[in-house]
Amino acid sequence: MAKRSNEPFLWSLFSSGGMIAALMLPVLILLFGLAIPLEWIEAPSRESLLALVRHPLTRLVLFGLCSLPLFHGAHRFRFTLYDGLQIKHLNELIAVVCYGGAIVGTALAGYILWTLG
Amino acid sequence: MAKTITLEVARYRPEQEGEPAFENFDVPLNKDWVVLDALNYIKDKLDGSLSYRWSCRMGVCGSCGMMVNGEPKLTCATFLTAYDPGPIRVEPLRYFPIVRDLVVEITDFMSKLKAVKPWIVRDEEKPISEGEYLQTPRQLDNFKQFSMCINCLCCYAACPVVGLDQHFIGPAAIALAQRYNEDSRDQGKEERMDVLSQHDGIWGCTFNGECTRVCPKNVDPAGAIQQYKIKAVTDWYKSLLMPWGKK
Repeated sequence: MAKRSNEPFLWSLFSSGGMIAALMLPVLILLFGLAIPLEWIEAPSRESLLALVRHPLTRLVLFGLCSLPLFHGAHRFRFTLYDGLQIKHLNELIAVVCYGGAIVGTALAGYILWTLG
Repeated sequence: MAKTITLEVARYRPEQEGEPAFENFDVPLNKDWVVLDALNYIKDKLDGSLSYRWSCRMGVCGSCGMMVNGEPKLTCATFLTAYDPGPIRVEPLRYFPIVRDLVVEITDFMSKLKAVKPWIVRDEEKPISEGEYLQTPRQLDNFKQFSMCINCLCCYAACPVVGLDQHFIGPAAIALAQRYNEDSRDQGKEERMDVLSQHDGIWGCTFNGECTRVCPKNVDPAGAIQQYKIKAVTDWYKSLLMPWGKK
């Protein structure tokens, strides 16, 4: 059979990242960006939030929440450059920059979450 | 005199003009006339040299797809009155080489279509004595909408990826591949996946959904491509986690 590309893997990161970006990020933004600063709901104390973030499961969820949308963005940006700007000849450079950026962001998120508290 | 509407028809006669140009024709604006009726009127009464493809006049044959005011349409199902007071611009389907006037060259599409084996593939045919292949209504529902495709190529003329990358296999070919993949009688999934899992197959698609939007038969090629991507992803992870398994 013909050699299969790595595109299924990249697309799976893209699609799961898109799902998270669409479903979960708006909830967090609504809570921490609007509801709490505007005092629609009572703000949780710093201690209770920290305790929540210290839980391994929360860290894992936040890690996915940071990382996958980055890969989603990288994939989308890659094809915007590739098709939109018609710079196919730079395909490899574009891929390295886009996915590289997502990898750096993922590492950063992992580091912050790991060292937190 | 009865009301008329102007058709700006793209003409290209290679022996006469170097590149396509528009020619205007005034046709009667009958309320039960579609764009194809207007083209037939032009050919019968005004200019017999106009070339275009058509056959059934009822949205079944898929021959009369053209650009009407920039949108890919089946001209047999596009009423003149929808564009009153006009003018109506009629052009050959976008992204295809033009043979003459409104006729486009579709050989490339035919070879792409053939590559996905749009027919029932069996490892072994069962003898006639064993009877027919039975199918439940639910099994039929799985692929029925994709079988409505009439190869009118409106989706190709709508797809920006087709315009950018001539190697992209395109929406209708993928939808028709899915029509057979989802058929309970078929065993050709893997062979089709080998073609479609390439970059020029499903991965070229950027899911802008134009193909589904313009389809005159309400087929959902964009949906077929998404189904295919999910299948390719599960296959990829399966072969990664279980390399010893059947591909």
